[in-house]
Amino acid sequence: MALQSLDIVRRSATTTAPPGVREAYTGTVAKLIDTTKCIGCKACQVACMEWNDLRDEIGSNAGVYDNPGDLSGESWTLMRFTEYENPKGDLEWLIRKDGCMHCADPGCLKACPAPGAIVQYSNGIVDFHEENCIGCGYCITGCPFNIPRISKRDHKAYKCTLCSDRVAVGLEPACIKACPTGALVFGTKEDMQQHAAERVEDLKSRGFDQAGLYDPPGVGGTHVMYVLHHADQPQLYAGLAPDPHISSLVGLWKGAGKPIALAAMAFTALAGFFHFVRIGRNEIDEPDEAAARQALDAAPQRNAAQRPGTQPPDKRP
Amino acid sequence: MSDNERRATVERYSSGERTNHWLIALGFVLAALSGLALFHPALFWLSNLFGGGPWTRILHPFIGLFMLIVFLPLAASVWGDNRMQAADWQWLRQLQDVVHNREERLPEVGRYNAGQKLLFFAIAACLLGLLLSGLVIWRAYFSLYFSIGVIRLASVVHAVCAFVLICAILLHIYAAIWVKGSLHAMLRGTVTPGWAWKHHRAWFRQITHAAHPRTRSD
Repeated sequence: MALQSLDIVRRSATTTAPPGVREAYTGTVAKLIDTTKCIGCKACQVACMEWNDLRDEIGSNAGVYDNPGDLSGESWTLMRFTEYENPKGDLEWLIRKDGCMHCADPGCLKACPAPGAIVQYSNGIVDFHEENCIGCGYCITGCPFNIPRISKRDHKAYKCTLCSDRVAVGLEPACIKACPTGALVFGTKEDMQQHAAERVEDLKSRGFDQAGLYDPPGVGGTHVMYVLHHADQPQLYAGLAPDPHISSLVGLWKGAGKPIALAAMAFTALAGFFHFVRIGRNEIDEPDEAAARQALDAAPQRNAAQRPGTQPPDKRP
Repeated sequence: MSDNERRATVERYSSGERTNHWLIALGFVLAALSGLALFHPALFWLSNLFGGGPWTRILHPFIGLFMLIVFLPLAASVWGDNRMQAADWQWLRQLQDVVHNREERLPEVGRYNAGQKLLFFAIAACLLGLLLSGLVIWRAYFSLYFSIGVIRLASVVHAVCAFVLICAILLHIYAAIWVKGSLHAMLRGTVTPGWAWKHHRAWFRQITHAAHPRTRSD
């Protein structure tokens, strides 16, 4: 990002508050992905490629419609197709647009060691600033959704930006603009929740009793949300996490562990210093040398060559 | 023979051992500084010592491997001298006497004392832990072979082992300042007979075949 932003609420590897006088009084934004309306056309993938000037390598067909096969440094969103046989024996084709969920409590940002490589804007978007990225991959370790990817070209981490550049100037994300069925909608998070509630009501009236909104509280809610026919089983949708949260191991590693370990190391060094001040060095004095000489002198003659002293042994006690 | 020459003539570390030790020390310092840069934001500035964040990320694992590789010959040569014995546990029970420099109350010490032995095994264990966990989180080459759960665990293990190692080495460095003559021993290889007599009497006897003290019934 070349321009200064005054709309950053959280910044990776930064322990003081970022500039914060401005607030998003109009609320945060959200993308709503209605899986029940998605036809899997991949127009969103193409729009993402086009707007962001991304061209992934052309891969090979793995026998399913997923194309490319996975997210990558050059593919920031991806349709994931699941063939699900429901208890009635009917086939349901579940299609989920995968990509960054823009968590309110982002695991990537928590894990990132590079100051300013990951930021969270006041509108809710979590963005990578690749110019500060060092390529360590800790964001992948921290992410509860398996989203960031290190590019093989430049060893920087990439993911969906929620078109932060477009949103900043009042445009909707490119994928939203391309969606032909209205499965993708963008607006304030509040509006999207309301819209989702209407959709869920409609779905329930048409037999999808478990329809619901996916806005997982474990990560503080997300700024990309799903309407699911089977909100009770998110894992049906190509393994969508049922209860995502930042791993407690990551929390230990990049939460409490950091200051405690640093303090303990400083304490260890200080303990040495104060031992020196209070008790002091363990030194050799003349009686020690005299005792050593005496012992050497008492040693058998055969070791004279190795011995420091060359005097003959004597019988002093 | 001058007095000084006579005094500093017990060889404690050969030139090979000293070279080995300082290569490990160099590896440790570089690995610790680059690792700390990635551990806590307050220390990220240390990455400037290595040419910036990306270079720190690139170099750190290779520096770690270097440290481990140069540790192996040292470990092989001192492993036997570091086995804990009954007297060592007694020495540890008298830690109060140790820290208060009341060495005359302690059991006789061989080539290494119990603190040095424990330090050696702590370093060896930490380096093993750092190697295994470090490979798992080495994103450029190895992380793709491991599940996310293993990578998260390895990240914590790596941090814990590094933390223990750094604390252990801080103690090690202080001990070298504390016990006067130790630093000279590792820099120039020799100690005075009095040093060996006071701090490592059993070793002193072993290398000089000196007689037992009169306090024993000989």
